[in-house]
Amino acid sequence: MTEILGFWVAAVVLVAASLAVVLTPNLFHAVLWLAVALVATGGVFLLLDSPFLFAVQLLLYAGGVVTIVVFAIMLTERLVGESIRQTSRFVFNGAVLAAAVFVGIMGFLLQAGVVARPAASGDQLRDLGRALVGPFGGPLQLLGVLLVIALLGALYFARAED
Amino acid sequence: MPLTAYLVLAALVFVIGLFGVLTRRNAVGILLGIELMLNAVNINLVAFSRFRADVAGLIFTLFTIAITVAEIAVGLAIVIVIFRVRRTIEADHLDLLRG
Repeated sequence: MTEILGFWVAAVVLVAASLAVVLTPNLFHAVLWLAVALVATGGVFLLLDSPFLFAVQLLLYAGGVVTIVVFAIMLTERLVGESIRQTSRFVFNGAVLAAAVFVGIMGFLLQAGVVARPAASGDQLRDLGRALVGPFGGPLQLLGVLLVIALLGALYFARAED
Repeated sequence: MPLTAYLVLAALVFVIGLFGVLTRRNAVGILLGIELMLNAVNINLVAFSRFRADVAGLIFTLFTIAITVAEIAVGLAIVIVIFRVRRTIEADHLDLLRG
């Protein structure tokens, strides 16, 4: 019962915030709505018994990404005035294409059978840690290398000009 | 809630993000749409992981989140450089590579 209620609350907030992200004319408001959408996604993770991912979502996405985007907007737009307003183009074509993709995905989903939800495993965090240093140890190292390279590249791009 | 409910929710968020990517003129707005699409993929991964009782989906989600952070950092750095050079981040005006 709690899960059904929580799901509908999270779903409504998530969809409404997502629509606000793509429709609001004020770019700054769009970023704030994105933060709401990301927190609602974290709520969905909680409903799926993944509190660890909820914490990661809040820290990295809602905390990190939103902060970076806000700084980027402040660097590229004047905060007040008309320049922060943005317009959309091809709204009709975009809506038709998005609806077509949605119908296509639904066609697949409706064919699928019902999957029973297994009982929650005891210690998910322990399994996660074991897998990260076991079978997924190599990819984890590569991920670290990728992060260092990407952040160094971003620093190099955005460095102050001499 | 059944697995399908989570997948439909993720599909909905995905197409909303796709709509944003297709219709926004501002480069930062396009990046926000990409964020929404990646977020929908994460919901799918976690839902499948939960319903199949397989921890691999959670690991993929962790990797996706980290790669998204790298992507957004590089993307915004490029946006800032483009703004310095061209004084605009309207995607329609960035046609230097047009033949």
